Amino acid sequence: MSTLWAGRDIGDVLVEDSVELSRESLVRYAGASGDFNPIHYRDDVAKSVGLEGVLAHGMLTMGLAVAPVTAWLGDRGFVSSYQVRFTKPVYVPAESSVAVSASVSLAKVNEPTEGSATLALSVTTQDGTTVLGKAFVVVSPR
Amino acid sequence: MSVNRELLDTVFEPTKPYVVGREKVREFASAVFATAPIHHDVDAAIAAGYSDVVAPPTFPIVIQEKALHQILSHPGAGINFSRVVHGDQKFEYQRPLVAGDEVVATLRVTKIQSLGGHTMLTSESTITTTAGEPVVVATSTLVIRGEEG
Repeated sequence: MSTLWAGRDIGDVLVEDSVELSRESLVRYAGASGDFNPIHYRDDVAKSVGLEGVLAHGMLTMGLAVAPVTAWLGDRGFVSSYQVRFTKPVYVPAESSVAVSASVSLAKVNEPTEGSATLALSVTTQDGTTVLGKAFVVVSPR
Repeated sequence: MSVNRELLDTVFEPTKPYVVGREKVREFASAVFATAPIHHDVDAAIAAGYSDVVAPPTFPIVIQEKALHQILSHPGAGINFSRVVHGDQKFEYQRPLVAGDEVVATLRVTKIQSLGGHTMLTSESTITTTAGEPVVVATSTLVIRGEEG
């Protein structure tokens, strides 16, 4: 698996992707995950607790941000650790969508001989707001 | 209402066994835009060395949620659910979950901290197969926002 990092420098972007989140995406995630908190589908409830409106589940953002990593990794290794801090809400309008982009870069090669590395995720919405902080993925050989 | 500090170091009963279903993995993968074939196609998963479709990395949240529910619904916990915000989340995996795994989660409260009127509650859910094989530890920090006024 060391070939994954061969020729790569710290800070190099390995993979990036962008998805469009709509209210439909939120309903789909609610059903798939079992998280039916109404702040993710009802503006009135979201506003009653001091939010601007309906927002994406933090775990939806965390989940979509790592999807490019697993797609890129294929069967060459597995995600052995993944952590994030939820720093900013991702508000999702009723009648359009919001683009969320994830950029994955090489942060540290942990054990060169075994091929484990730490990747840093930069996750932003279309207006440039960073929505996940301290977002790191460790990939390891199986 | 304030968070009951006696929760610290409390270890809850293991959750009821949860069977990771193939269609659930596919449904969850689609919901998080995870298009890699190993999440959807059994043959691709087998070719990659797994016994069935592979759950995306954040899938264990579904199981952690069942463990967390034990705290949030605990009558003595003093937690008002409508004031709870997700602060941090971490997963540390021995291997990915795959369809067919039957797992339980055992939750321990590891930290309770006050910060500017809010309370941060950190818990660790250890997810193992019913045969006792450790698979993933899910660590979550919930921020319980202070009551105003």
